[in-house]
Amino acid sequence: MSLAMMSLHEALEILAQHRGQRIVIATMSAAGIWPSLSDKPLDFIYVPSAMGQGPSLAHGLALAQPERGVIIVNGDGCTLMNLGCLVTLAQHPANVYLLIIDNGLYEVTGGQPTPGAGRTDFAGLARAAGIGRVYSYDKVEAWRVGAAEALTGPGPVVVWLKVQGRLGQQTPKPPRPMAEQIQRLRQALGTE
Amino acid sequence: MFDGPSVVAALEDCGVTHVVWIPDSDIGRWEPALRTATCLQLLRVCREGEAIALAAGLHLGGKRPLVLIQCTGLFEAGDSLRNIVHDLHLPLFFVIGVRSYYAYQRGASTDSCPVFTEPILRAWQLPYVLLDNRHSAADLAAAYRQAQAKNQAFAVLLAE
Repeated sequence: MSLAMMSLHEALEILAQHRGQRIVIATMSAAGIWPSLSDKPLDFIYVPSAMGQGPSLAHGLALAQPERGVIIVNGDGCTLMNLGCLVTLAQHPANVYLLIIDNGLYEVTGGQPTPGAGRTDFAGLARAAGIGRVYSYDKVEAWRVGAAEALTGPGPVVVWLKVQGRLGQQTPKPPRPMAEQIQRLRQALGTE
Repeated sequence: MFDGPSVVAALEDCGVTHVVWIPDSDIGRWEPALRTATCLQLLRVCREGEAIALAAGLHLGGKRPLVLIQCTGLFEAGDSLRNIVHDLHLPLFFVIGVRSYYAYQRGASTDSCPVFTEPILRAWQLPYVLLDNRHSAADLAAAYRQAQAKNQAFAVLLAE
């Protein structure tokens, strides 16, 4: 059993095994990796984005498609930009599974530390906002074992994943133009 | 003139499914009617950029949301508006209260809200119409229907 901190790629590989038929929205660093793990119509690479707004986009989708479920893979920096979304999510419960990928860095801008890096308790923030189902993992084996439970059952769910930071990352590019992404998502949802 | 019951009736008649809002002291008076509406759901959010993104998700999911905020929130929400309207090209409909509009027109207020609201909407290339106390919920509904017919994002500014 590895006791090393998990990599982002490992964290996302485990997610890919458990996402089922849910929509997956990937932002920032995760957006650069997710298409290599899954590139279906229900995969939405939120690039270009409004940084911090991924969970709210996911929340709206989940309210509109209550049976579907939406997984949003968000960074720690993104989450810090829109902490109010945790309160809104608790106010209007929906099947949203918010994965907070915490590497303590703004990876795509050169690896500068985020405010509160290594100190901010995202699980505590989620609980204090009123989210009932909150999970934390910082080892790949723990996440591998816990993912099935965390990603099963009703939302909202917040999963805090502490991962290794990476330096030298580029701004992710989407696998296809946004208009095409939206079109195929809507086709898959039957909302065209 | 606008009041909660007439606005809610107009929005429901238009097929609006969700109102995503942060109230101000004027549009806040519509809260009882919005809260008790039968055909639309009121969604309370914490910040206006969040309101726009949440409405975008609803729209992608097949619903017909409306964003109801004050101009101060519009000022905060620029990046979200830019992304949703111009990157994702989603035809969201906004109703935005313009704080101190009448008082400013009378020279009775130095509030900068009326100074910046329209120039900012023009900068964000969001078409709009200003409705005041000569207008009614029917005008709001007409603006909504016109925007939907054109499949374009649009804002109604409400003079306060």
